[in-house]
Amino acid sequence: MTLFALLQTAAAAVPQATLEHLPQPESGLAWFLATIVKMLITFTIYMVGVMMVIWLERRVCAFIQDRRGPNRVGPHGLLQSVADGVKNIMKEETYPGEANTPLFVLAPVISFIPALLTWAVIPYGAPWDSKWGTIDMALAPLPVGFLYILAIASLGVYGIVLAGWASNNKYSLLGGLRSSAQMISYEVALGMSTIPVLILAGNVSLGQIVAQQGGRGLHWNVINCTIAFFVFLVAAFAETNRLPFDLPEAESELIAGYHSEYSAMKFSMFFIAEYANMMTASALMATLFFGGWDIPFTLWDNVAPHIFAKTLVTFLFFWLKIMLFVFVFIWIRWTLPRFRYDQLMSLGWKFMLPTALAYILVVAVATLAMSMAGITYSSWQFAVIMLAVNVVLVALLFGILDRGRLISPAYSRLDKQNLAKVREARYRRAALKPVTTEGGAD
Amino acid sequence: MAIGVKVIERPIAQTSYVRATLKGMALTLKHLLDPVKVTVQYPDEKAPLSPRWRGTHRMLTTEDGKAKCVACGLCPTVCPANCIKLVPGEDENGNRYPLVFEIDEFRCIFCGYCQEVCPEEAIHVGRHYENSEYSREGFVYDLERLMAQTHPVCEMWDPADPKGE
Repeated sequence: MTLFALLQTAAAAVPQATLEHLPQPESGLAWFLATIVKMLITFTIYMVGVMMVIWLERRVCAFIQDRRGPNRVGPHGLLQSVADGVKNIMKEETYPGEANTPLFVLAPVISFIPALLTWAVIPYGAPWDSKWGTIDMALAPLPVGFLYILAIASLGVYGIVLAGWASNNKYSLLGGLRSSAQMISYEVALGMSTIPVLILAGNVSLGQIVAQQGGRGLHWNVINCTIAFFVFLVAAFAETNRLPFDLPEAESELIAGYHSEYSAMKFSMFFIAEYANMMTASALMATLFFGGWDIPFTLWDNVAPHIFAKTLVTFLFFWLKIMLFVFVFIWIRWTLPRFRYDQLMSLGWKFMLPTALAYILVVAVATLAMSMAGITYSSWQFAVIMLAVNVVLVALLFGILDRGRLISPAYSRLDKQNLAKVREARYRRAALKPVTTEGGAD
Repeated sequence: MAIGVKVIERPIAQTSYVRATLKGMALTLKHLLDPVKVTVQYPDEKAPLSPRWRGTHRMLTTEDGKAKCVACGLCPTVCPANCIKLVPGEDENGNRYPLVFEIDEFRCIFCGYCQEVCPEEAIHVGRHYENSEYSREGFVYDLERLMAQTHPVCEMWDPADPKGE
């Protein structure tokens, strides 16, 4: 049986999640108005959110370093990003002499827009049964939402590569090249790590994935697909160019990498794009692995009547989850140093991708076996078995595999012969230590 | 090993990335929650100055509000930066006083020799550091301005009490 056939069988084995949340037909005008309002609200909250996240980053970073961070503009410095935005708009834009100006101008836009586009399909609250019909709380509840996200996410690299290329600067170009290599490598792992989720959901619509994670207990995918979540988390760090994967903008090596030549608002756009990407990645993690807007341990949010209060509460819960992941992003950034380039590549190709592939197999086989044994997705046996499998795998991964193999240190790439050479050289150095001359000067 | 990477040999069993990361995250979280901050919120709070801090000058006055200076000329003589301009004058009783006493704070290197050499304990370097001005001329302090300063003055190093106790 090929892997593909196995996947298909496994997917078919999972009962389709209830279609309860699909919107009932509304009148065209109501749909149109609702979409416009949703767009405005999403955009506003998103942009304000980016500002707040930038503030949070600076505050958390300062606190971690025993400093205070921005605390002058507004209460606790909350308006610092506004002040910075005003400053950046006022500043002069500089263009490098030999830059490819159209691409140079286009690059920040291209890096920012995909992060924004992804939000179109992410459901951010329980649907609302208004008197104009059911309003789905996603901008565009696409049936192929997840594929859309994969497609859009891979566009993000263009902004960075174009910025590096158009700047006519060696450092920028190196940053852009690194970024393209990094993002392409990790996109594979990112895509593969989400397949187990899709197997369990039996669908690629994000609304369905969230619905499938809802329920009386805790049906979140992070319990069913722990390893996939781990791989996704690491790949998301790489995709957003956050430390420890910030090689495209490695300050100590490449000045600022792809945005060395950018100034004023165009630089700001890259900055905003970075945080926008971070929030999008957080939202994806919350949606795919932490139940989206689902409130755990209660059915209240998953069943009718879908009143507006439910939408609001689930919306808040969703943002709580996003902010949690954003905090983890920031926390990790101020904890870890940057990888070496070969470590980055070996982690991506030699560890993340095989792990993700093997895990697809594990989840598919487990699902298939359970469906053959007559254990349905919603039964407690399913959750317990998946949890047991994951506990074993996590122990295996972090107990045995994570022994100098996860991030290869320099010595781990030596074979026995070379290791002996290194040892010998060290002993020779120790033996030949110069003897200090005794006696005073004549 | 084509590129010259420094190789430090460690036993495989002692290397772990995830555990080291978690350890590091615990450390950063500890600092995150630590209420003790090293930042001094400068305009609101100021770090204490050493009692031997040598800042811009101050001329001490007698009880009737005149400068203690007797225009002996020791401070312009000892000044290594040559920043003190002194023109002595004499009143009808034969008391010497400075007609002109100017210190160019831009030339001054704040060595404190003027304070050390002054027999009348008139000129002092001060424990003070906020001196911004809108023009270069503003940094030439005349006698009136030196007398008008109110900040505390430097305590000179005492050989009998080298640690200032």
